[in-house]
Amino acid sequence: MASFNVHVTIENKPGISDPEGETILNDLVLKDTHKTVSKIKTAKMLKFTIKEKDKKTAQSKVQEICDDLRIYNPMVSKITIDVFDA
Amino acid sequence: MKVGVVVFPGSNCDRDMFHVLTDVFHLDTQYYWHDKGLPKNIDAVILPGGFSYGDRLRAGVIAAHSPVIKDVQKLAEKGIPILGVCNGFQILVESGLLPGVLLKNDSLNFMCEWTDLIVENNKTPFTNQFKLDQKIPIPIANGEGKYYADDETLKKLKKKNQIVFRYANVVNGSLNQIAGVCNEDGNVVGMMPHPERAVESEINPIDNKPSSLIFESLMVQMGAKN
Repeated sequence: MASFNVHVTIENKPGISDPEGETILNDLVLKDTHKTVSKIKTAKMLKFTIKEKDKKTAQSKVQEICDDLRIYNPMVSKITIDVFDA
Repeated sequence: MKVGVVVFPGSNCDRDMFHVLTDVFHLDTQYYWHDKGLPKNIDAVILPGGFSYGDRLRAGVIAAHSPVIKDVQKLAEKGIPILGVCNGFQILVESGLLPGVLLKNDSLNFMCEWTDLIVENNKTPFTNQFKLDQKIPIPIANGEGKYYADDETLKKLKKKNQIVFRYANVVNGSLNQIAGVCNEDGNVVGMMPHPERAVESEINPIDNKPSSLIFESLMVQMGAKN
């Protein structure tokens, strides 16, 4: 068994409004001089530390946890899972 | 006739709800802590507002895994009237008892203000004393009250007459101005506004009678009032 850091990023699906991201873009970033920025999306990240036999198992276990416990709401959100050696 | 008010860690409208049920409508009411079961002979269950588990992760999602929810599900299947108010509505949605989802308000603000509701379905245990399109002056108090459902769910809601309340005006970005929905059978109802804060004339500056009809509907449903 090895220890892995698993990062779960939860963000709104395309088409679901993200007023926080829009406010950061329009009322902060674009009001400054950073005119090359076209989009900002907010997300929530959960960082798991988990002991599993390999990276693939760590990823599938965390996916299973997120699905079973509704860590994200599939109607409006999607998740991205990234696994790193701890 | 027994009504249960379920209390979660972080509920804060449970006492207001208990007060209204007992002192205003004289119903036999009991609190039930979230990690205990509910009695089988209960006649109605109310999930009150608040901030269960501090709204951590997402409003209502952690409370949706509480042991009491299994009993709420069983009672819902038996046709027992279940009402979720504000955080109670969020818990019912997150537990899958009601369709859709509640997102952060468009303003990103916690909104605490009076608004008007329109009754869209007067066949539920909590709306049977209303006329269709009747207006209810009522307060909202939430940060995550913007109702959303995907196209397929919205179609079903309309087809099965599951939209119970709409806001009379654009309030927080809710899809189709939806403020409350019910399950397909109609016995489980969720609403973001707070009827327990609107049924007494002392604290309702507009008109306390419409909100009272929510509880009077329940009493008629349960045979406590003709």
